[in-house]
Amino acid sequence: MAFSANLLIDLQQMLQYQFMQHAFEAGTLVALVAGIVGYFVVLRRSSFAAHALSHIGFAGAAGAVLVGVSPVLGLLLFTSIGGMGMSVLGPRASNRDVQIGTVLAFMLGLGVLFISLYTGYATEAYSILFGEILGISSIDVLVTAIAAIVILGAVAFVYRPLLFASLDEDVAEAKGLHMHMLGIVFMLLVALATSIAVQVVGVLLIFSLMVTPAAIAQRLAKRPWRAVVLSVIVSLVATWLGLFVAFYEPYPVSFFITTIVFVLYLAVRFLYPMISPMKLHETRFAEVRGRRIPSEM
Amino acid sequence: MALTTSVQPEIVTAENLVAGYPGKIVWQGASFSFNRGELVAIIGPNGAGKTTLFRLLLGLQQPVSGTIRIFNEPPKRGNPRIGYVPQRHVIDSETNVECLELVHLAYCGHQWGFHLSAKGGRKAALVALEAVGAAELAPKPLNALSGGELQRIFLAEALVSDPDILLLDEPLSSLDIRRAKELVQLVNGVVRSRNVTALLVAHDINPLLPYLDKVVYIANGKVATGEPKDVLTSERLTALYDVQVEVMRDSRGNVAIIGIEDHHGDE
Repeated sequence: MAFSANLLIDLQQMLQYQFMQHAFEAGTLVALVAGIVGYFVVLRRSSFAAHALSHIGFAGAAGAVLVGVSPVLGLLLFTSIGGMGMSVLGPRASNRDVQIGTVLAFMLGLGVLFISLYTGYATEAYSILFGEILGISSIDVLVTAIAAIVILGAVAFVYRPLLFASLDEDVAEAKGLHMHMLGIVFMLLVALATSIAVQVVGVLLIFSLMVTPAAIAQRLAKRPWRAVVLSVIVSLVATWLGLFVAFYEPYPVSFFITTIVFVLYLAVRFLYPMISPMKLHETRFAEVRGRRIPSEM
Repeated sequence: MALTTSVQPEIVTAENLVAGYPGKIVWQGASFSFNRGELVAIIGPNGAGKTTLFRLLLGLQQPVSGTIRIFNEPPKRGNPRIGYVPQRHVIDSETNVECLELVHLAYCGHQWGFHLSAKGGRKAALVALEAVGAAELAPKPLNALSGGELQRIFLAEALVSDPDILLLDEPLSSLDIRRAKELVQLVNGVVRSRNVTALLVAHDINPLLPYLDKVVYIANGKVATGEPKDVLTSERLTALYDVQVEVMRDSRGNVAIIGIEDHHGDE
């Protein structure tokens, strides 16, 4: 199929293929969910936990392949248990790096074992690690849709308390919010979102949908609601554009998606401050509190 | 109206209050009462249990024994009549969220579900920011504020639910003398104009002295309360702590308490 200048016709041709239909459906749902949940991941500095959850999911996906069920089911099971475990064991997200890393490494090892026990195609491991959105089944799309609806409903319900707790834990607690419960809800949301996002970008590239779009949005918007919308737009654009380009090129979709978000991140990080009318980051906060560091620094 | 305001009702009362955890008493034998519209300083050395008093009032911790009552009932979690500014309140340097949004969340952040129109809440947030003279900071991101500006935002956050009592935990600790004095004047203005009670934990009592109604001195497991001129005397503190304590005053009225900080006997 050749690329033409008329994008609408290109898109029509693309969507005649069922695998492209499924890819666009699942990709859109995942981008929507990852963009929203990702904002909270960035705000709460929990990106390492999100990364670890995807690795825990790797063991689940490999195990699912081994017993002959859809990898997304194994992902959902393992990440949910992992997310619960993380939030129950350590109440403060910031100082859990070592524990999370220890579990992460063990889970990757377990995944490797499952893959080696599975005597079928070796490509399964590859697609779990790096995503295989073009090979998604209609059942997977259905599972993704259900997970997305659950996540969107849950976020709508906990939006304000979770935002408050993420910004100002101590005051939120004094106002009667239960930090522990909110922490568990948050990790379950991340677990669900990670599980379905792995289908698109894979275990190893989860950052590109769960963290980078939200990091871009956070630099552009000071109001959380706007940042969430921007984050969704970035992940949607990256996913759609990635799928579109990958249809014509023999290279993986996840490569295009990661590249698009990376380029956008660089642009916002380095070009935007130059053209921005208001320099948002001219004072480092830590320096302003307490000891002010001379301006020539 | 004049009849009802002539007697200032008690906001906080404590009798024979013992604070701490089973097996470890932080302080004991505390009896005090704070009335509406009083500015109260809570001072004492590090680790003496000043924040513990706030945790008791917020219902985050239970007394070991004795009673503590706020608004004539036992403390409960999530009391909307309390405005709270926690200690060493840090905002991440990457948190690019505008001030108005934080104050707004303090107004409605405990409510579940969505609100498509946030107009009422935003207005309340702006009113609170105006009350602390920080209306112009509303659109600024939190990570671009100075320490003094940030304390104003936190005060607005505490005021937005229109509380009857303010608990301010070391709001002056990261400020230089001038900013500390400005903040104390601001708090005093809020206390007098809104007739709220404010409890303020501080290391140094001197910036507060001109405005104080009462002082709570917590050290070595014991609590002294009363008017500053009664509590901050060598005789009173020496009798309470069983060690030689000297309260010295310089020509400008600044106070220095000498003797207690060296005796952390059972800590």
